[in-house]
Amino acid sequence: MIEQAPAAAGETDAPGRTSDEVPTRAALPLAGTRHRAGRWVRSVADRLRQLAHPVTRAWSASLQLRVAVTTLVISGVVVLIIGVFLVDQISGGVLRTKRSAAIAQVDTAMASARPALGETNFADVQGVANAVSNLKNELALSGNDAGLYRVLIKSDVQLEALADVFDNDPVPAGLQGLVERGKPALQYARVQAARGGPVVPGLVVGESVQAQGGMYEIYYLFPLTVEQDTIALVQRTVLLAGLGLVLFVAMIALLVTRQVVRPVRVAARTAARVAGGDLSQRIRVSGSDDIARLGQSFNEMAGSLQRQIQQLEQLSRLQRRFTSDVSHELRTPLTTIRMASEVLYTRRADFPPQVARSAELLQAELDRFEGLLADLLEISRYDAGVARLEAEDIDLRSVVARVVESQRVLAARQGSEIVIHVPDELVPVEIDSRRVERILRNLIGNALDYGEGRPVVVTVAADDAAAAVTVRDHGVGMRPGEVGLVFNRFWRGDPSRSRLTGGTGLGLAISLEDARLHGGWLQAWGDRDSGAQFRLTLPRRVGEPLSSSPLPLQPADALERS
Amino acid sequence: MKPRVLVVDDDSALAEMLGIVLRADGFDPAFVLDGNRAVTAFRESKPDIVLLDLMLPGLSGLDVCRAIRAESGVPIIMLTAKSDTVDVVLGLESGADDYVVKPFKPKELVARMRARLRHHDDIASESLTIGPPESPVSIDVAGHQVRRDGTTIALTPLEFDLLVALARKPRQVFTREVLLEQVWGYRHAADTRLVNVHVQRLRSKVERDPEKPEIVLTVRGVGYKAGPP
Repeated sequence: MIEQAPAAAGETDAPGRTSDEVPTRAALPLAGTRHRAGRWVRSVADRLRQLAHPVTRAWSASLQLRVAVTTLVISGVVVLIIGVFLVDQISGGVLRTKRSAAIAQVDTAMASARPALGETNFADVQGVANAVSNLKNELALSGNDAGLYRVLIKSDVQLEALADVFDNDPVPAGLQGLVERGKPALQYARVQAARGGPVVPGLVVGESVQAQGGMYEIYYLFPLTVEQDTIALVQRTVLLAGLGLVLFVAMIALLVTRQVVRPVRVAARTAARVAGGDLSQRIRVSGSDDIARLGQSFNEMAGSLQRQIQQLEQLSRLQRRFTSDVSHELRTPLTTIRMASEVLYTRRADFPPQVARSAELLQAELDRFEGLLADLLEISRYDAGVARLEAEDIDLRSVVARVVESQRVLAARQGSEIVIHVPDELVPVEIDSRRVERILRNLIGNALDYGEGRPVVVTVAADDAAAAVTVRDHGVGMRPGEVGLVFNRFWRGDPSRSRLTGGTGLGLAISLEDARLHGGWLQAWGDRDSGAQFRLTLPRRVGEPLSSSPLPLQPADALERS
Repeated sequence: MKPRVLVVDDDSALAEMLGIVLRADGFDPAFVLDGNRAVTAFRESKPDIVLLDLMLPGLSGLDVCRAIRAESGVPIIMLTAKSDTVDVVLGLESGADDYVVKPFKPKELVARMRARLRHHDDIASESLTIGPPESPVSIDVAGHQVRRDGTTIALTPLEFDLLVALARKPRQVFTREVLLEQVWGYRHAADTRLVNVHVQRLRSKVERDPEKPEIVLTVRGVGYKAGPP
């Protein structure tokens, strides 16, 4: 029997042969360096993350890349496992065959060598030398099935004649130890092909023969060059085939996803164009697969969208036409009525009292009617989305002064004083003065209406980005919930109050639209019994966004009280 | 002698009512109900001022306005039902001096008409010069003549008034509101678009390069002033 040597470099464990345990590797003493290493790892990880940023972006941006890489990785792992298994099986098989052949040859050779050597006596030096020489010849003659090419014989007696026969070098010490104790053994080791020749992987089989007065140790060296070449060839082949397979699979994945992704990309691009306003964009559909169905559904959606938007556009056009037509059609007869009423009104002194009063009522109600008509047309213009900003650079102070001037008569009738606080320097603002005047007229008119005869304070202020006007009254004020309602159409603060200015109920709604058209804010603050304040904030330049107002919405005096 | 007024409006009720009001205010009105006959009627009646509805059957109000402006500087006041900027500016650019939006008060209309008619009685001989020294604009106020580089520039009475108002006080900045009051006769603030459009029209006639004005200068955020003499 032949036993496997400890610490063998070999890999197979044939049944019946024992194998010593390989010592476990000692754990590295890491504790002292762990902290520093942790920091280093973190900084490297950060660095990697930075470097990886464009990669992760590409990763999340491309479905194709993701599918291809995933396929590459998974097929790579599978091919690797298969490859390792294949190489392992083949090389195991090759080595097993080699070992069986080697053992068989050793057994055959020993069967004939044992009796001859057993009879020799170590006292007879010449006899030993002859026996060894015979054995070597015999071994050499007994065929070379296992590719044996070197036999080493060691005897207890170191003889001059045997000096060149045994070379200690290529036989591993562990193996020698086993053989010395009389056990046959085998081990994979690096062997020299010939004395002084190159070292190659090989198989060493050792056996001992008991003779009179001593013991022979006989070692057979089988080089594994051929087997190694075979295994290397297999490894190369499997590696190349595996790589080729992985690349092939990745290419297939790339092609397949390309087929799917391309139409999806076309759909995404088309959808983006449709979203951008080009409603006539369609996807070219061919075939009847899922992708084609996606395209078809998309086209149907775009078509229905286009139809509805066209319908809406047409409605809007009609609405605009209607507004314009109503405007013209109503205004011409109204002009005639207004002039007729004016003629009657100026001559009312000549009429009997009832007729005179009728003329007065006619005149007054015509004013209201006109105001209402103008407001309705204005708000319908906003609703139709045709209101346009005619902005020009103008001193906001002059606009405020003009509006305040035009409201003096009303103020005098209400017994209110209008107080203005304006900065000393110019406040040039890009505004549509007609609209801003309308806003201010509405705000001041309202303040006079609800101001209970107390002063109305108009304040102008500006910073680099915005200009603001506040209109403050000290009248009835508003209840908490009412602040959100004042801009609603036809909303009245107190239905029981008689209104002297005869507002239409649309004033603040239009003002809010006017402010929005400027990209500005119109906000209200109100408190029961301490009055109300409206704040108009406008950007200094058209189109610039507002972030803050130069004036507070809640007046300072009200803040102190609360 | 009563000032003659040509009323171009397709609404006969409004025309009749305008007739009543205008006669009561001392005008001598003539009427034409459609655009096609408006220019002929204008040539026949030789009015001192024209009231023109913008929406007319036949030739549109804008075309009538251009046709009249092509042969005469007579004041034109548009009667318009549309106060949208586009309509107003289109009307002003086609040559109208002023506009009133329906429904207007008769007093307002008459005040505008009188403002447009009043200037023709300046008698005092006065000569003004503005603009760059190498190419000045000289204005003969009494003779209603403007010359630059030896050629006479034909201005409508309104453009002439605007130029004179600016030239009388060179270097002084006029706000649009002041100009509206002095030139158009508005008591209360009105539409500053009037000023903008007419300044552009005036520039296109008197400036060498209307993009780089030398005679009528814009003062940003305030208004306009005459260029230095």
